[in-house]
Amino acid sequence: MRNEGKDETTYEVPIGPIHPALKEPFLIKFKIDGERIVGAEAHPGMNHRGIEFMGMHRNPYKVIPLSERICGICSIVHQHMFVTAVEHAASIEPTNRARYIRVIMSELERIHSHVLWAGVAAHEIGFDTHLHFTWMIREKVMDLLEYITGNRVNYAMWTFGGVNRDIPKKMYPKIEATLKYYEELYGKLEEIFLGDPSIRLRTIGVGVLTKEEALNLCGVGPTVRASGVRKDVRIDQPYAAYGDLDIEYQLPSLYGYKDTGDVFSKTLVRLKELVQSIDIIRQCLDQIPNEDINSEPKMAATLNKLKKADGEGIGRIEAPRGEAFHYVRLKEGKEELDCWKVRASTYNNLATYAPMFMGEQIADIPIIAACIDPCIGCMDRAEIVDVNTGKRWEYEHEELQRLSVKKTEKLLGGLKR
Amino acid sequence: MKLSKTFDKALWVFHLNSGSCNGCDIEIVAAVTPRYDVERFGIKLVGSPRHADVLLFTGPVTRKMKNRVLRVYHQTPDPKVVMVIGNCGSTTGVFYDSYAIEGPIDTLLPEDAHIIYVNGCPVRPENIINGVKEAWLHLEELRGDNK
Repeated sequence: MRNEGKDETTYEVPIGPIHPALKEPFLIKFKIDGERIVGAEAHPGMNHRGIEFMGMHRNPYKVIPLSERICGICSIVHQHMFVTAVEHAASIEPTNRARYIRVIMSELERIHSHVLWAGVAAHEIGFDTHLHFTWMIREKVMDLLEYITGNRVNYAMWTFGGVNRDIPKKMYPKIEATLKYYEELYGKLEEIFLGDPSIRLRTIGVGVLTKEEALNLCGVGPTVRASGVRKDVRIDQPYAAYGDLDIEYQLPSLYGYKDTGDVFSKTLVRLKELVQSIDIIRQCLDQIPNEDINSEPKMAATLNKLKKADGEGIGRIEAPRGEAFHYVRLKEGKEELDCWKVRASTYNNLATYAPMFMGEQIADIPIIAACIDPCIGCMDRAEIVDVNTGKRWEYEHEELQRLSVKKTEKLLGGLKR
Repeated sequence: MKLSKTFDKALWVFHLNSGSCNGCDIEIVAAVTPRYDVERFGIKLVGSPRHADVLLFTGPVTRKMKNRVLRVYHQTPDPKVVMVIGNCGSTTGVFYDSYAIEGPIDTLLPEDAHIIYVNGCPVRPENIINGVKEAWLHLEELRGDNK
């Protein structure tokens, strides 16, 4: 609120849009009163590539690789949603084996995404050792994804009516070995993120989102499950093979904690989902039926069918960050998509920033910004404008992170005393 | 200009995302973390373009980021090398027909900019390390020219 010169103590702190290390260009403007945050405003659009526009000028098969490149972390999610939406619009049924393979891939991605997030969160509060530790163990699931699909990111696995590559029996031992690796390491992760006293000091009671706010702001995924909201598309509206599997809402209250909705419970939910994903993949490997992987292997036949199809379809998926959906409309005689709309989970979760930032300190900005696992997030350059003198300071990301680290050290000092 | 002796031991890089999908950005961080660990060669990700020798550039340059990208380029001290990471940075890739894309980056930078292209969608960490090596050789060549 640069123009409100009367308010002597409120400053505006824009953070972004260029961030050096981890995230995409994104700008948040904070209103600061001393050390306290009294307002937060999100300014997206730096990463607008016109994906939907491009999609409406290509045929559905050409849109699959484009939909993967909406996001490099959740490429499986967007492929899955787009393919489901088109299948829904054109009434194409994937085979059962393909449904199970889709679930296995989605859960592997959830593991890699949550481990990645844990590292980012640790980095933001100044524990670079944990960042390196979590990213080191993340490489194991990346290896497995590469083993199955042939690429570390952007897997090109989905196609209309099924999947492009099978997961044959000979791959099972390696999948099982990776799952075991994570199971053994899980205790250590829990010890670090739930037991470490300094991490507890930085996360408990920070960035609180109450259940009511979570419901009002339509937050999704682990962000609101940490506040005690029972919301998970995998259970509420099962897709792929999730209907056949045994899944439970992962809430902190399930494990004897309170559903407080602070950064600590968000960490807890994500860690527990890691275990859940391992369990889901095991169930899939047990139940997976022996069938073809694609209901219509001829691409030209499917393309012809899509050309004749007329109707609309949606794909709703529980992404690692929460519910997301794609809407597709096909018109008869038109090869391109008639309409394509993408709604990613971060879009909903951004609204939850406002109550979470309110009343917190500048040093807490990085960890709260990271706690919704934003797919666009930016902490690089904070600029403080003094409303009265018009004088400017700039906070580089490092400065901001140094503040955050300093707070951890301060709290640790108090702990030792 | 002549580069100092310390230059060939440590290369500091600044990462600039101009609207990429995050795939390459995550792979850049993966290259820094223990599996690939480029920090053992003195290659370090820094927080300010003013500290950097090499700009790691990802993304096809969205309209809103264009001026900011150029600003960061000019903030980086000479001699500098720009590493374009990923296909969409060098050719705009799958985003070729969008109204919101101003890139590729080599059409925006000054003509005397030193650009190294690292291809892949997304780029593999091994390829990034190879690209940094190329940038290194290029910078050493620059020093040789100016002796």
